[in-house]
Amino acid sequence: MATPMTPPRATLSARGLACLRGGRLVFRGLDLDLAGGEALTLRGPNGSGKSSLLRLLAGLLRPSEGQILWNGATIDADRDAHRARVAYLGMADALKPSFTVAENIAFHAAIRGAGEAAARQALTVVGLAPLADMPARRLSQGQRRRTALARLAASDATLWLLDEPTLALDDAAIAMLGRMLGVHLQTGGMAVVATHVDLPVASAGTIDFGAAR
Amino acid sequence: MTAIRAVLMRDLRLAWRSPQESLTVIGFFVLAALLFPFGVGPEPQLLARIASGVIWTMALLAALLSFERLFQFDHEDGTLDLILLAPAPLETTVLAKCLAHWLTTGVPLIAASPVAAIMLNLPTDGIPVLLAALLLGTPSLSLIGGIGAALTLGARRGGVLLPILVMPLYVPVIVFGVAAVEASLAGLTARPHLLLLAAILAGTIPVAAIAGAAALRQSAE
Repeated sequence: MATPMTPPRATLSARGLACLRGGRLVFRGLDLDLAGGEALTLRGPNGSGKSSLLRLLAGLLRPSEGQILWNGATIDADRDAHRARVAYLGMADALKPSFTVAENIAFHAAIRGAGEAAARQALTVVGLAPLADMPARRLSQGQRRRTALARLAASDATLWLLDEPTLALDDAAIAMLGRMLGVHLQTGGMAVVATHVDLPVASAGTIDFGAAR
Repeated sequence: MTAIRAVLMRDLRLAWRSPQESLTVIGFFVLAALLFPFGVGPEPQLLARIASGVIWTMALLAALLSFERLFQFDHEDGTLDLILLAPAPLETTVLAKCLAHWLTTGVPLIAASPVAAIMLNLPTDGIPVLLAALLLGTPSLSLIGGIGAALTLGARRGGVLLPILVMPLYVPVIVFGVAAVEASLAGLTARPHLLLLAAILAGTIPVAAIAGAAALRQSAE
């Protein structure tokens, strides 16, 4: 699966994760294993812990129990390195209404150290080049989501953590997301995706939060 | 470095596109200072006596108006998560946000202060020292306010909590800021007071960076 471009396949695993939010135990004893080129799907009803798991994997939350390991070493050992390899797409699109599409993407690329060129290219990948100078406040929900997806295209992160990436997307945009994911996985990337719809990429496994509880 | 510049430039651009924020702060400052002659009476000597204290207190209160929103919008629209996940050190990002805050509210306050000074009959000899003191003191206000804004982020009624948290920390800045102007009006040197303001600023920079970053990380939990 790995191309000659990529280093030996990276691995992400979790052992015995527990997540406590606001005094409520969301899940415990969660294990997962993922290698470069693989995608993992998270399913389950609202509030079952999909978003919390993504935030744990991103390092935004600390697990109350258990460990998250990258290539066998805990991510706590080097938080900076972990941040650099994670691209996180939350439920919120993180757009500034008064900024144009291009400005929004350029800002997010810049805080991750990517250049203008990467931002411009990402704009084309998600098919928003014609709307580059449109202020974000005038975008439709689906266009806003596409703008958020452009962040992924602009980043060179290995691990994509996507929370409902298809939110408000039309069929064409979902197919585009599928292509982006396909390219990402082919180049040795990995993805953890919380979703209610089937993504058009092969998934290495599914964690069903409905069944786990 | 790119990341820090990106945050700074973005905040400046946001402020430029919706200037009502900065204008509210300046408007409050000038109008509140204008109320004093009505409250205490128009006697020139009395006004001159209280002018520097009024200007400093009003500058502080005006600045307080703007802190709640320092991280609020980024928190609500999800940008803060991405700033937290950016490879750049969060401490310097916090400083960049505070610098942007100072440039968009502190600097306009300094620019408006001579107007308030004249309305309050502050002797013109005192104005250069007032400007110097504000130049050294207002960055500390932005930094301390940044800590408060980060700490109260996501708290219910954070807007009420913030001033209570931050105001006591402003006392040293006010004390030396006013003392500098008073000293120069009394014909003494303002230098020690200005140096103390500079020292407070130098001390506040690392404290705000570390405390602000820690509070922001906590807010994501």
